[in-house]
Amino acid sequence: MNINLTLFGQMVTFAFFVWFCMKFVWPVIIESMEERQKKIADGLDAADRALRDLELAQNKATDQMKEAKQEAAGIVDQANKRANQIVDEAKVQARTEGDRLKVAAEAEIEQEINRAKEELRTAVAGLALAGAEKVLEASIDDKANRALVDNLAAKL
Amino acid sequence: MAGENPASTTEYIQHHLQNLVYGNHPDTGWGFAHSSQEAIDMGFWAIHVDSMAWSIGLGSLFCWMFLRAAKKAHTGVPAGWLNFVEMIVEFIDGQVKDSFHGRNKMVAPLALTIFVWIFLMNLMDLLPVDLIPSLLALTGVHFQKVVPSTDPNVTLGMALAVFVLMVYYSFKIKGTGFVKELTMHPFNHWAFIPINLFMETVGLLAKPFSLGLRLFGNMYAGEMIFILIATMFAGGAGAGLISGGLHAQLFGEETSALFWLAIFVLVVGVCWLNLKGKVSTGKTVLLCMAFMAIGGGVFALGGGLMQWSWAVFHILVITLQAFIFMVLTVVYLSMAHEDH
Repeated sequence: MNINLTLFGQMVTFAFFVWFCMKFVWPVIIESMEERQKKIADGLDAADRALRDLELAQNKATDQMKEAKQEAAGIVDQANKRANQIVDEAKVQARTEGDRLKVAAEAEIEQEINRAKEELRTAVAGLALAGAEKVLEASIDDKANRALVDNLAAKL
Repeated sequence: MAGENPASTTEYIQHHLQNLVYGNHPDTGWGFAHSSQEAIDMGFWAIHVDSMAWSIGLGSLFCWMFLRAAKKAHTGVPAGWLNFVEMIVEFIDGQVKDSFHGRNKMVAPLALTIFVWIFLMNLMDLLPVDLIPSLLALTGVHFQKVVPSTDPNVTLGMALAVFVLMVYYSFKIKGTGFVKELTMHPFNHWAFIPINLFMETVGLLAKPFSLGLRLFGNMYAGEMIFILIATMFAGGAGAGLISGGLHAQLFGEETSALFWLAIFVLVVGVCWLNLKGKVSTGKTVLLCMAFMAIGGGVFALGGGLMQWSWAVFHILVITLQAFIFMVLTVVYLSMAHEDH
């Protein structure tokens, strides 16, 4: 219980341990802790930023999707319009072609009719001549009558 | 008990409160003191070998454990021991930042050293009071106090070291302002200088003394109560089956270490079985108490219960005292750094 040299011994020991702690223990641990703190703070920041980026990207994606949809709708509309146009054009073309074909056919028919008429006329003239020959039973000058009959046939 | 089996309780207690002293005795020369009187005769130039050995040992333990953590320190996820050390370091750092506003790289490590070291020294109080002294007595060492903080030399030594720092930083930071503080403080007039000086000096000196004596007083009282409780175990010796238990029946006045070792093994065994889940907790407590009562009688049972409850309470005391010493040191140093 008496005070003795232990007092100074303890003071020296104390000083030594404080020095040791100050030199080898405290700075190392505190430094690593602070560094980790910074790292964690940075990490949290990065996470926040990433979250914000994600939100932005999602918004952007949504916008782009909307745009794309609109574009697609526009394209479909245009295509429909164009298709209608093409159909209309085709109709008009078909009609004109049809008309043209009709005209040509009509002209051909006219020609056919005329040719048939011509043939008919020739045939009628022959038949008339043959009939008249039979009726007359006489030899009529073919050359003189031919002009007459042809004339008649032309009148048909 | 404690080697020589002291006849009376007073002797037993005194024996426990005597340090192992090495010094120069006027009659016998250099050597260990063999009695309290010899230790007193050695005067100032003697040293408490046990206090120094335990405090240096515990301080080295602190340095080694924390150095191990510092070597492993990294910025990744901390685990195990490093985690624990960082918890303490962060706690101390927070305390220092709260109460110390100057700029000094030494205060935080100082606070850490004080807190952990004093805590470890106080922790020795929880060891059974006879365990280490009895074992050392077998090797011929007659006195042993294992709790360094129950030695006023130890606590006052630390307090004086803090005091030296206080005075040093007061002069370093305030310079002549410190002298002015001492001489002109309560009454700002030259005629009051002697009175001021007296009052301020008393105030200044009261700081390290209260710091050292508070820790010493608390730990000494706690140790004393442990010792008093320990005498309970001997109280029933030779006092019949009820108060002395089987031990008194078998050995009478004698103390048998082997008998108590057997009781110890039984108690530890029951606790171990409880941890393994084979015995319920209620049964464990009852069985332990039964072993104590049968082995040592009602005195041993009472002593066991009191020791247990005082130890639980003491865990709070040792932590609190270490904390108070640390905080007050930081506060005093902070005052030394404050320039008015």
